[in-house]
Amino acid sequence: MSLTFTLDGKTIPFEDGQTIIQAAGKAGVFIPHLCYHPEFKPHGSCKLCTVKVNGRHTASCTMRAMPGMVVESDTEEINAERRALTQMLFVEGNHFCPSCEKSGNCQLQATAYHLGMMSPHYDHFFPNRPVDASHPEVLLDFNRCILCSLCVRASRDVDGKNVFALSGRGIKTHLIVNARSGQLGDTDFALADKAAQVCPVGVILRKRQGFAVPIGERKYDKAPIAETVTEGK
Amino acid sequence: MTYQLETAQHPISLRRVAIDPVSRVEGHGKVTILLDDQNKVHQVRLHIVEFRGFEKFIQGRPYWEVPVMVQRLCGICPVSHHLAASKALDVIVGAKKLTPAAEKLRRLMHYGQMLQSHALHFFHLCSPDLLFGFDSDVTRRNIVGVALAHPEIAKQGVLLRKFGQEVIRVTAGKRVHGTGAVPGGMNKSLTVAERDELLKDIYHIVQWSRDAVSLIQKVHTQDPGLYNSFGIFRSNFMSLVGHNGDLDFYHGTLRARDDNGKLIFDHLDYQNYNQVIEEEVRPWSYMKFPYIRAIGKEHGWYKVGPLARVQNCKQISTPFAERERKEFVDYAGGTPMHAPLAYHWTRMIEMLHAAEVIKELLHDDDLLSDDLMVEGERQMEGVGVIEAPRGTLFHHYQVDENDVITMANLIVSTTNNNQAMNEAIRHVARRYLHGREVTEGLLNHIEVAIRAFDPCLSCATHALGKMPLEVELLDVEGNRVHSLSRS
Repeated sequence: MSLTFTLDGKTIPFEDGQTIIQAAGKAGVFIPHLCYHPEFKPHGSCKLCTVKVNGRHTASCTMRAMPGMVVESDTEEINAERRALTQMLFVEGNHFCPSCEKSGNCQLQATAYHLGMMSPHYDHFFPNRPVDASHPEVLLDFNRCILCSLCVRASRDVDGKNVFALSGRGIKTHLIVNARSGQLGDTDFALADKAAQVCPVGVILRKRQGFAVPIGERKYDKAPIAETVTEGK
Repeated sequence: MTYQLETAQHPISLRRVAIDPVSRVEGHGKVTILLDDQNKVHQVRLHIVEFRGFEKFIQGRPYWEVPVMVQRLCGICPVSHHLAASKALDVIVGAKKLTPAAEKLRRLMHYGQMLQSHALHFFHLCSPDLLFGFDSDVTRRNIVGVALAHPEIAKQGVLLRKFGQEVIRVTAGKRVHGTGAVPGGMNKSLTVAERDELLKDIYHIVQWSRDAVSLIQKVHTQDPGLYNSFGIFRSNFMSLVGHNGDLDFYHGTLRARDDNGKLIFDHLDYQNYNQVIEEEVRPWSYMKFPYIRAIGKEHGWYKVGPLARVQNCKQISTPFAERERKEFVDYAGGTPMHAPLAYHWTRMIEMLHAAEVIKELLHDDDLLSDDLMVEGERQMEGVGVIEAPRGTLFHHYQVDENDVITMANLIVSTTNNNQAMNEAIRHVARRYLHGREVTEGLLNHIEVAIRAFDPCLSCATHALGKMPLEVELLDVEGNRVHSLSRS
């Protein structure tokens, strides 16, 4: 007999060991997320994928699916919480979509649209975060970092290079480069690395590409994120 | 020639009248007027009181981001900044000559913008003044009033602008703040469907542009006493001209003439603009005062924009616009026309030229080509110059070896016209405000003079009668004697 749980009233089959977000993705049901990526161990930090399981909040990327679970995701209450989290991410960094080359390809922007975020709501922090342009092929724009740690995990677990890490605690947490100088140009980071491909926002950028892809032909121009993301891709 | 009425000798004893803000769109402008007890005008200044800071905050950013970021300077002619920055960065990436497709697509985008901006300026912002009179009933001195009294003119104005916006959309991806131009070329060409959609309307657009020239020519020539003298001052003038001396909004070399039309410099490669142009800072305005170095700051300032361009070029390459240029030159009598209200006439000649160029380009299959990018030997510095709707626009960047901007200098059209606009409003203040009580109609005369140069400062005045204008007359102790407000 197959294993199932319900997600917003819909029966979702799953295999033993799958998390809620994995099973939902396989069933074609979108749960908003930023730090989750199906190729990496879950991090459970962004909390965008929070759902209610049997009435209690939990991150769907870390909670294993269990038979008979009653999961709520696409509700007004949970989406309001997700929207507030997204707004906080926007004000903590410097996210200026109008001049950002990742606009249209950015998961944070697409998620904000999905959640109906109409304004940042909170006061901007306007942190001072200079870019790291020291690498010949890749630019790091820390202004847009949301601390998802996908580059940390990709560099460590796939590339075997440990180029990135999260340093500091709480509100002072920030992305650092593992070099004595702190500069990407002084590491063995390469454009072909997995870590160069996974950034959901506009931090890790291939240099000199910018706006080569026109408006209207970018990933989320073609379809909203809920239709393009399944199984967390 | 200059500095009269710029600074009163004993300002403390004078009354101050302020128009603040003059506009509410591209930066706040303010006019201050100092009057003595007999209402004699002692000082008139157009202040630009908003600090933008783009030159500073793009330092440290990657160069390929700049054409998209700096266009946010303006919501009316962002394409100008987009293309001027792209031209400067073409130099940085070593793209000495763009592909024919890329150059024509950029040209199409730019001439589309020229069309929409000139239409917006003439029909939406200025036609109420010109059709109804400068001190006519304020409640109908707006585009709605024009639509009621002259529905066909208003409709053509709206549709001309709409067409220009559509040209921008298909070339840049969006009507405002698109991304079409990239360093070294373009990121998209036109589809056959996009081209054909524009082709359907372009013949109307050319005809309506011809009608617009006829309209302003008629308005101007019917009242030469007003139109040839209102706000008049003599000055040098400067613009880009095409390499053959023709009118060219996208590319060419710099040419400047003195107030009699005699060449000051010509065929100047704009990469060397800072050898001939200097910028002066004055403490009362955030806007600098450029001047031609060789002449000096007192007499070296100049005007830019349609009136300068149409009189600076040898000819216009398109037939209808060239015919109109000749009529204008004949009317001026063989010497340069300096009247600010002649800007409107020349602006409409330019709009007609833009429409004709768009028509020609739409018949060129290069627009459909995907051969869009070139690159070459990387450079550390580049200058891009373009003729924006309201005048010559300079973008100058230096980039380090890591691709990051280290220096930026922008001289925008409004800056180039700074002294010229100040001179115009001083003339108007002397002529119309002298010894009179301040009224809305008289204040509008000041704004009519500003509006002739630059809708970035004059806009909003006719925005459905909601221009936020407040004027106060204060006595020596600063007490309010009289005030007028409009909100």
